[in-house]
Amino acid sequence: MQKVNIIIEVNGKKISEAIEPDMTLFDFVRAHGCYSVKCGCETSNCGLCTVFLEDKPVLSCSVLAVRADEKRVTTLEGLQEEAAEFGAFIADQGAEQCGFCNPGLIMNALALFREIEFPTEEEIKEYLSGNLCRCSGYEGQLRGIQDFLSWKKEKGVRA
Amino acid sequence: MVTIREYKKSESLEEAWELNQKKSNRILGGMLWLRQGNNVIQTAIDLSGLGLDTIEETDKEFRIGCMVSLRELEQHAGLTKYTGGAMREALRHIVGVQFRNLATVGGSIFGRFGFSDVLTMFLTMDSYVELYKGGIVSLEEFAKSKPDNDILVRLIVKKEQVHFAYQSVRNTQTDFPVLTCGAAKLADGSYRFAIGARPGRAVLFHGIPENLVTGTNLRGSAEYRKHLADVLVKRTTKLLDEANMTGEER
Ligand SMILES: Cc1cc2nc3c(=O)[nH]c(=O)nc-3n(C[C@H](O)[C@H](O)[C@H](O)COP(=O)(O)OP(=O)(O)OC[C@H]3O[C@@H](n4cnc5c(N)ncnc54)[C@H](O)[C@@H]3O)c2cc1C
Ligand code: FES
Ligand code: FES
Repeated sequence: MQKVNIIIEVNGKKISEAIEPDMTLFDFVRAHGCYSVKCGCETSNCGLCTVFLEDKPVLSCSVLAVRADEKRVTTLEGLQEEAAEFGAFIADQGAEQCGFCNPGLIMNALALFREIEFPTEEEIKEYLSGNLCRCSGYEGQLRGIQDFLSWKKEKGVRA
Repeated sequence: MVTIREYKKSESLEEAWELNQKKSNRILGGMLWLRQGNNVIQTAIDLSGLGLDTIEETDKEFRIGCMVSLRELEQHAGLTKYTGGAMREALRHIVGVQFRNLATVGGSIFGRFGFSDVLTMFLTMDSYVELYKGGIVSLEEFAKSKPDNDILVRLIVKKEQVHFAYQSVRNTQTDFPVLTCGAAKLADGSYRFAIGARPGRAVLFHGIPENLVTGTNLRGSAEYRKHLADVLVKRTTKLLDEANMTGEER
């Protein structure tokens, strides 16, 4: 194998390295300490491995790290505050059981809020349909998201 | 999982084409389909540095680079308006937003997948593929041909006076479709339909589909699919007639 030199910015920190051409972005961010990013399937289907590549949510398991060369990658580790603020509403609902799906869901929900500030129920369901949860029925998560949005709206009015 | 021995970000289409003549080398689209098998790739050819990731719209046509993502297609204001939302409807069930940010239109059309919503939707429109060596070929012809070693550079959609509608049937929202149906109503009142996931590749009908060939797989039987085709043709026709009545501008 012929190694490839890359520079990838992970959560604001530039990392330069020589990597195998078939290393995935998932393996790359894990190798650099981003353990929130997990792999839940082998078919590009579950959304658990979601990271932002240049601010767009993508499946890190399906992107070659070489393709992230000279690009910005953001994981949950880089969004602590935002994630904690929103995550508390999911936790309040006791929405999850094993919690394995949580990091992927949080990442994609944050991507949704950046794209549509106050999404409708339909928009939430459509945007998050690629995040699978094998324990719950998604209802708790949906309530948590709606609570978060109402709270955000109120906060906005008061501010 | 795929094994890739070498990675080459192509500097030109000629260079990519030359590399692609070797059987063990492969062009990378979004890599989503490619990564599903146990493929060993000698040289992975990346077209992402060639500026083929844009959608150009003129009065006459759309020119869509092969590296444009499905999500970009789905969100493009011009395509949404031209198709009356049918493009978005065709794409929004494909796995998830994160997936569609990666999957490319080039890989989707080049693959000529039987289940493809993308192929069904583009067949419904007056579409052409631009191949690096093969030149411009109608999508209807391309869809019937076998994959070779050429490069799909871009898709061209010629604008017409037309209304579009799209419907699919799926067992769950984001599963592969059991049947797909794209429909167009032209200015002279005639219809055009593309039916896909038969489960074979999508086919185009000028007028109401007759003698549709369907097959059986895990997702449904041939008879069930025939029945679904009748229903989807009726539903899309209804949508088109309604759109015509309101006389929305395209
Ligand atoms: C789990 C899963 C579920 C899916 N569900 C659906 C669905 O419901 N509906 C649907 O329509 N589609 C579905 N798809 C297909 C998907 O939408 C894409 O069409 C598919 O992944 C191919 O696009 P890609 O960009 O990933 O191409 P790749 O996987 O990168 O490439 C596919 C093939 O095309 C070749 N290729 C790529 N680009 C070019 C080019 N420019 N010129 C020449 N050759 C090229 C590659 O070498 C490869 O052989 C699904 C795919 C997966 C993996
Ligand atoms: S690990 Fe399941 S989509 Fe990436
Ligand atoms: S809580 Fe277990 S997978 Fe979602």
